[in-house]
Amino acid sequence: MSTTEANGVVFQARGLTKVYDMGQVQVHALRGVDLDLYSGELLVLLGASGSGKSTLLNILGGLDTATAGHVLYRDRELTTASDSELTEYRRHHVGFVFQFYNLIPSLTARENVAAVTEITRDAMAPEQALAMVGLGERVDHFPAQLSGGEQQRVAIARAIAKRPSVLLCDEPTGALDSTTGVVVLEVLERVNRELGTTTALITHNADIAAMADRVVRLADGRIVDVQRNIKKKPARELRW
Amino acid sequence: MRALNRKLLRDLMRLRGVVMAIALVLMGGVSTFIMSLSTYDSLVLTQAKYYRDYRFAQVFASLKRAPNSLARRLLDIPGIEKVETRVVAAVNLDIPGFDDPASGQLVSVPDRGKSRFNDLYVRRGRTVDPSRDDEVVISESFANAHQFRPGDTLSATINGRRKALTIVGIVLSPEYIYEIQPGSVFPDYKRYGILWMARAPLAAAYDLEGAFNDVALSLAAGANLDDVLDRLDELLRPYGGRGAYGRHDQLSHKFLAEEFGQLETMATVFPVIFLGVAAFLLNVVIGRLINTEREQIAILKAFGYGNAEIGWHYTKLALLIVAVGLAGGVAVGILLGKGMSAVYQDFYRFPFLEYELKPAVVINAALVAVAAGMAGTLFSVARAVRLPPAEGMRPETPPEYRATLVERIGLQRWFAQPTRMIMRHIERRPLRALLTVIGIASACGVVMVSNFQEDAINYMINVQYGMSSREDLAVNFVEPTSARALHSLRGLTGVTHVEGFRNVPVRLHFEHRSFRTALQGVEPDGDLYRVLDKDQKRIKLPAAGVVMTDYLAKILGMKPGDWVTVEVLEHSEPVLRAAGVARPRTFQFADVLAASQPALRIPLVAVTKQYLGVSAYLQRDALNRLLQEGDVINGAFIATDSRHQSEVYTRLKEMPRVSGTVVREAAIAQFNQTMEQMILFFTMVSAVLGAVIAFGVVYNSARIALSERGRELASLRVLGFTVGEIAYILLGELALLTLMALPLGFMLGRALCAYLVSQFESDLYRIPLIIESDAYSFATMVILVSAVVSGFLVWRRLRQLDLIAVLKTRE
Repeated sequence: MSTTEANGVVFQARGLTKVYDMGQVQVHALRGVDLDLYSGELLVLLGASGSGKSTLLNILGGLDTATAGHVLYRDRELTTASDSELTEYRRHHVGFVFQFYNLIPSLTARENVAAVTEITRDAMAPEQALAMVGLGERVDHFPAQLSGGEQQRVAIARAIAKRPSVLLCDEPTGALDSTTGVVVLEVLERVNRELGTTTALITHNADIAAMADRVVRLADGRIVDVQRNIKKKPARELRW
Repeated sequence: MRALNRKLLRDLMRLRGVVMAIALVLMGGVSTFIMSLSTYDSLVLTQAKYYRDYRFAQVFASLKRAPNSLARRLLDIPGIEKVETRVVAAVNLDIPGFDDPASGQLVSVPDRGKSRFNDLYVRRGRTVDPSRDDEVVISESFANAHQFRPGDTLSATINGRRKALTIVGIVLSPEYIYEIQPGSVFPDYKRYGILWMARAPLAAAYDLEGAFNDVALSLAAGANLDDVLDRLDELLRPYGGRGAYGRHDQLSHKFLAEEFGQLETMATVFPVIFLGVAAFLLNVVIGRLINTEREQIAILKAFGYGNAEIGWHYTKLALLIVAVGLAGGVAVGILLGKGMSAVYQDFYRFPFLEYELKPAVVINAALVAVAAGMAGTLFSVARAVRLPPAEGMRPETPPEYRATLVERIGLQRWFAQPTRMIMRHIERRPLRALLTVIGIASACGVVMVSNFQEDAINYMINVQYGMSSREDLAVNFVEPTSARALHSLRGLTGVTHVEGFRNVPVRLHFEHRSFRTALQGVEPDGDLYRVLDKDQKRIKLPAAGVVMTDYLAKILGMKPGDWVTVEVLEHSEPVLRAAGVARPRTFQFADVLAASQPALRIPLVAVTKQYLGVSAYLQRDALNRLLQEGDVINGAFIATDSRHQSEVYTRLKEMPRVSGTVVREAAIAQFNQTMEQMILFFTMVSAVLGAVIAFGVVYNSARIALSERGRELASLRVLGFTVGEIAYILLGELALLTLMALPLGFMLGRALCAYLVSQFESDLYRIPLIIESDAYSFATMVILVSAVVSGFLVWRRLRQLDLIAVLKTRE
């Protein structure tokens, strides 16, 4: 048993199934997924487009609900939680990073972070979070005045400022070139290491898997492989 | 400031075009609301204050002659508080430099002290010196019509004697807010005026020394008007009483009450429509605005903002927009309200104006606006937060389109792709298309109403004066006179045709209903006065029986075949005395009268369609027989040769028995002139507001469609479409919806006009539902211009679409 496993289970998913009803057709995004996530672990979810990895992450983050199965966050049942319970869960426990950053265009970097810290307890100062992602100098810029990599780092600062216990990242480098992507991954690696935040990262880029504690491969809504990296590769050494 | 509030302010700045367009529509609604209701409230308040401060009497009666000592006996009638006797007389006036016949009413002012009732407001000059027999004060309307100033003179034929009078003051009276010559429908300030002079000389001129022929009274608290009127009639009958009446039958008050009734309708119907349309737009537009925020709502949700917080955030956005519209609307509304009130003050000649804006009016406008804004917001927010955030952040799944009906029936080969896009878009969101159509149609309807009054009034005048009442002049005699008097009229140079008539004031009763009007005895085969049916065909007056204005029959609840009971109100010697029938509830009198005098009953034979006034017509012979009098007339209709008109006028002025002459054409011209300023103001306001609504609907629809479909349109630009081609897709849809809205708008406008017409029905006039093609074309023009202007504004934005952004970001 590794150190992370000893620290305890953060997420426990059993028989997770998700069916999207698209009118005439039904899309099976998840077909009975069993997965545990351990505290402090950096997990990479790998899979092709449509493999169900985003759906899995969204359900873990309380952004979506499962059609069948269970998810436990610590000892909290997410699958039966009400809308307001899920809101409370996202507000205090989860940090999200999306592929397209999803910043609020009318707010500056600092204000984007503040929009989240204002509603949680025990948050970092927005400036501190931005400093952690290396954007201490650009706090008063609007999203439109920032490059893609910078925008994604603001998004990460926004996600970590509340000191979440889990950080869920959906293709955080998907819209970035590899150099910029590496910078973003380094930030995520540092947050995982320094704050001990359990991190789940979705990618279809197999090269990124090298920085993970564990790599979970999904295909067609099922977990097809789980692999533990004996030796993690630092993010700055990644190339693709 | 919290980050979200900052977002709010910046969003508002970014959306300022849309925000202003929405606020403008709301402003239109609120300002009309405030303007109309505050104008109405101000007029009602002003009238009440005027009546109170200048002691407008509550009961009026005129009679032939009674000694002053009778006043004491009047005071004994239970329910009467105060009495003031007067001398009132009709006079012919001779105005320097004015050849047309002019007449007026001379009213006495007390020799000592102030009038108990109907006090005069002295606008210029002073009141009359009781010791002078040549001083008068005159009404302001009359003074203005002739530019009389204190010090000017005019002469009057008082009881057959010509007398020079000096004007010493110009006054207003609550009793003559409307100055209308008896027998006329419109005020004609040039040819009819009210004059006041000292009582003693006036009484002397009419052999009424120590006597009176008119009385004004006030009621004690809790008095029963009908009882008082019955007892007054009883008491005054031996003195030639013409029937006492309360304020509701007092000519000026009655006109004013009717006008205020209409104003009230206008003040409620219109603003409610406007505010309703504005609220509806606010709701739709804010809803669509929130829809475009779907992604941001999902982000806020993802980061743990609760539904209530998100709802409140967007509610604040809506409330800010509402606040802008509301503040602007109240400010503009007060401005317009004051302007409108001033127009009315001038029109009614109130000595002062109390402008009043009731807080409730503003509160109601605010409540409606806030409710509409919040409903639109919360409905859309509720829909947005219902989506799991994961779904909200994804671009909307491509909406399901399908081939439209037009294509399914095989017409698609006639349409290029862009046209198909337009049709499919409309068919996919039929409700939204319908809402847009309804919005534009309401604008169209509102504009139509603004124009319809003029058409209707023209029609009304044309029927009344072109077809029914075709005389050039109508003269009234001082007293019922032998029909031989017609000979002397026929003998006048320039008179081509004369027809006598006999009018008698009556109260008509049917079942429990009664109405005060006049029985008009006219020549059955007359050329100058014809009674028409609803198709404007002449009705032949029957030898026995009466023909009534359709509206009078409606008031009395009668239909042809029913028998009406006639109570004659003319002062009379036993010869003319006919019947006295008590009003309901006064059984003791009814019993007495029924025993002493047989009731006069006549069958209703037919109804006549009339737009102005209400009357009952019968053959003059028949009326003479009914009144047990000989071949008697009390007026005549005259046709003249226009070349000799002024000679006719001069001769008429010299005839002592002629008490008043109505020149038809002049009356119509005067009426048109007074109506014009009112209608013009009203037309302008509604046209502007209609345009604002139309612009608001089209511009907002286009702007929001642009934000919803900007990406799609930019993609087409990338593919090589020109700005014109994508503008066609976006604006073509709106053009199509605008065109679809026009017929609906016409229907709506017609329905609105019909509603107003039904609300405006009164015994003074009924406006026909006549909408000429110019009303349709004017509304169409206003809508199309608004649409084109908003289309142009959107087209400018289409030119600035960011093509690179489409390629860079997702979808």
